[in-house]
Amino acid sequence: MISGLVRDFERLLGSSSVLYQPEDLLLYEYDGSVEKGRPDVVVFPTTTEHVSRIVQLAAQHDLPVVGRGAGTGLSGGALARTGGVMMVFARMNRILEVDAENHRAIVQPGVVNHDLTLAAEPHGLYFAPDPSSWKSCTIGGNVAENAGGPHTLAYGVTANHVAALELVLPSGEIVRIGSKHGDAPGYDLTGLIVGSEGTLALVTEITVKLSRKPEAVKTLLAIFDAVDDAADTVVDITARAITPAACEMLDGWTLRAVEDYIHAGFPMDSAAVLLIEVEGLTESVTAQASAVTEVCNVHRAREVRVARDSAERELLWKGRKNAFGALGRLAPSNYVLDGVIPRSKLPQALRRIQQIGQQYGFRIGNIFHAGDGNLHPIVLYDPRDAAQFERALEASAEIIRYCVEIGGALTGEHGVGMEKSELMPLLFSDADFDLMRRVHDVFNPDSSLNPGKIFPLSKGCGEIRVRKPPAHAASTK
Amino acid sequence: MTKTSTNLAARLESLIGASHVAAGPSVCADYAVDAVLHSAVAKPASAEEVAAIVRFAALEKLAIVPCGNRTKLRIGMPPSRYDLALDMTGLSQIAHYDPGDLTLSVDAGFPIAKLNALLFEHKQFLPLLVPWYSRSTIGGTIASGIDSPLRQFYGTARDFLLGAEFVDGAGKLCKSGGRVVKNVTGYDLHKLLIGSLGTLAVVTRLNLRTFPAPPASRGFVASFPTQEGALTLRSAIAASPLSPLTLDILSPGLAHVFATRTPATPEVAVFSDENRGAHQFSLPPVGDWFRPREWQLCAAFDGTPEVLERYARDLTRLAEQARATSTAILDDSTRPSVWGRLRESLSMLLEASPATVIFKLSVLPAQHAALFAKLQEIAERAGLTHGLVARAGGTLYFALLPATADDDTIGRLAQAAIQIFECASSVKGHAMLLFAPLSLKHAFYVPDASSGQHLNIWGPRRPDFALMHRLKSAFDPHNILAPSRLIEIPISSPATP
Repeated sequence: MISGLVRDFERLLGSSSVLYQPEDLLLYEYDGSVEKGRPDVVVFPTTTEHVSRIVQLAAQHDLPVVGRGAGTGLSGGALARTGGVMMVFARMNRILEVDAENHRAIVQPGVVNHDLTLAAEPHGLYFAPDPSSWKSCTIGGNVAENAGGPHTLAYGVTANHVAALELVLPSGEIVRIGSKHGDAPGYDLTGLIVGSEGTLALVTEITVKLSRKPEAVKTLLAIFDAVDDAADTVVDITARAITPAACEMLDGWTLRAVEDYIHAGFPMDSAAVLLIEVEGLTESVTAQASAVTEVCNVHRAREVRVARDSAERELLWKGRKNAFGALGRLAPSNYVLDGVIPRSKLPQALRRIQQIGQQYGFRIGNIFHAGDGNLHPIVLYDPRDAAQFERALEASAEIIRYCVEIGGALTGEHGVGMEKSELMPLLFSDADFDLMRRVHDVFNPDSSLNPGKIFPLSKGCGEIRVRKPPAHAASTK
Repeated sequence: MTKTSTNLAARLESLIGASHVAAGPSVCADYAVDAVLHSAVAKPASAEEVAAIVRFAALEKLAIVPCGNRTKLRIGMPPSRYDLALDMTGLSQIAHYDPGDLTLSVDAGFPIAKLNALLFEHKQFLPLLVPWYSRSTIGGTIASGIDSPLRQFYGTARDFLLGAEFVDGAGKLCKSGGRVVKNVTGYDLHKLLIGSLGTLAVVTRLNLRTFPAPPASRGFVASFPTQEGALTLRSAIAASPLSPLTLDILSPGLAHVFATRTPATPEVAVFSDENRGAHQFSLPPVGDWFRPREWQLCAAFDGTPEVLERYARDLTRLAEQARATSTAILDDSTRPSVWGRLRESLSMLLEASPATVIFKLSVLPAQHAALFAKLQEIAERAGLTHGLVARAGGTLYFALLPATADDDTIGRLAQAAIQIFECASSVKGHAMLLFAPLSLKHAFYVPDASSGQHLNIWGPRRPDFALMHRLKSAFDPHNILAPSRLIEIPISSPATP
């Protein structure tokens, strides 16, 4: 059955754009999460018409289709959970237009996030969403997951920066939604599609809003001797209505791993640091930086350093953005969680995470977007030890449950995907699922696009399902 | 009262109690939508009551129009059926407010001015300074999709609505999103509700991000003899590091309305540093720095004294370079005179003529120069007075202000409307009739030769109309929620469901 489909795909795309040998498929059974799922065939379209034709051919063979960008996702969103056709957008990577006057760009889904910012830079513009994987992740993937990043604190997530999309529906129909000007009457379909994790349509073209680079930037590194003090500082910065462009926390334990690897100049003996960036007019940045410093000092910061130049600033950010990679030096694998809580509850949440870690016997590190309450606890484990992996999953589920209990949500930016579909009933009722399912069916009535994601497979009450541990798992984000 | 309406009112009373149901000609006239009358008004006090009413309506196939304080019910097409008005002002609690997290969960019927007054006690606010400000509810503001001059800096509701609770067309209480500022759990169904005019669900509660209120702010006005000067200044600001809170261009026609009128709705203090102590007051007249025969660029900005000074200096310099005939910096005593009017642009334009028509055009800002000229040309050819306010992001409102509302005038308005739609399409933009007399809504319903479809107030059909239609059915399977107000059924062949 597959061989006929492979021949059809090869006729459409050429043989170099179709993979089906088991050794080739291996690479595509992982993303950045701890999940796993192997496609039957992988295809690389280069045009919207290819995408449309591929979904039609797959439908003829009754196989599901899963879209994938760079595979850096952290929730199993871009994995072929039930096999089928994986559509990799890596070769649809052209920037079609940079319209500097109107602050817009039109890109294909496979354009790498950072490449768009590079293309916009000569005009004094940039693309605001900046996930840690920005040098490899694609804008199509950002759209699917409604990706965030450190600077979304001030500038918003992907959904705030997308004006229009071209979609391919499971029927093969090509539809344009939204508009370049971004303000047509009627239902906001763009707002619905962004963050729908590839379960409603395949996105083949994206019109994004570009932002203007600020006149001045100051990056501060506040060093603390107690995690509580750092957390209280974040609460206080928010409460005092200071809105930094970014406000990231790294705890001492992860900090040391990062410093060993990156040599960013992080202090080796601190309990936590805050990496805070303020942007805007020169006059405003000066005022904000002194306001931030004052708050840090009120909460017993040992020292507040200001990056002297862009080189020092970039080094600090390199430390932050490569932190998860650095942790690979400490354990065979790590599981990066993604939960979100009200910012006023940050100190108690960090204490609870440590308790849960102790209870399950894990060291849990924290490197996260403190300013918007988006936690990324990291559980280090050895995937060769099946029992330990199960325990890591249990500890993780307990942390996410706690986030929900204190008024938060299951995921701030990584998506539900395969990872959290069974936890969804913690937040949503049968009526909610029923409506979400009806909306799903408007676009994807046969579940032929990215099946087995977001919606719980079982009717459990937030029990994380029992999974087989993967042979290995590595996180890159 | 007809037998049907008595009957309906009696059955509703058994659902939610007699004090929450009204019927009879006078009360129903208050809730008429585009002259379409209904049989009863229900004023539920809880989301559960809303759900019970919608379940009852679904069973009986009764059409419902949800509303707040009914300031914007004129937006949209007339409902094809209308049995029951659902007055949501009885849902008016703040369910949750965490100033430390800058998040808020509020019932749909809560008045927006009262909400901002409460938030301001914590030096926070919602950047929704919308027309009919002193009367609007938060639910009506979101469901009507009306915008605010502050969108220049803060974006529109889609940028800060975090989640919602609502009753779908089957009468089930549903929710989406959450209460935290960053969240990708499940589909963002709440975004679909913005501007949906109650056609998808009855919104019962909204979760919003609040914002720090500007510590100190100023206004800026520059006047120009031609539109080019104002547009040059706006481009210069867009290319500068300045990021003002509002940035609008006003045509001489609108400036004239501002200079000669005050809004009919009472003014309320937005920030307590304006008109301290006075809860309600009239807007002071615009000063002599405001030139009714000229084009004006209006901006607002905030910050520390140093930042305010920088804005004042840079804006004045850029305005002089663009050959402004006058510039003015407005402080707390003078600023409300322009801010209040700018916020009330649409309501003031509607009051300025017996048959005001307001178009909402969405285009890219670079198209404004060409568009302004064409719009004025169309209005002048039709012999109609006009007024325009253009947001820097591209959205603009263009009003035609005829002196009378007779058939001849309606005919000329309809002609002008078609030309304006074509004009927007020619610059790859979109035009719609946001406010129009009912007779124009009917007269305007014309076949569109290019698509073979009928053109209505919403302008050319979106390419994704079929998906919108299916979404409407997914939310409202019995088509009982504000039928035809947004997803149209032809007016000429009324409504047989």
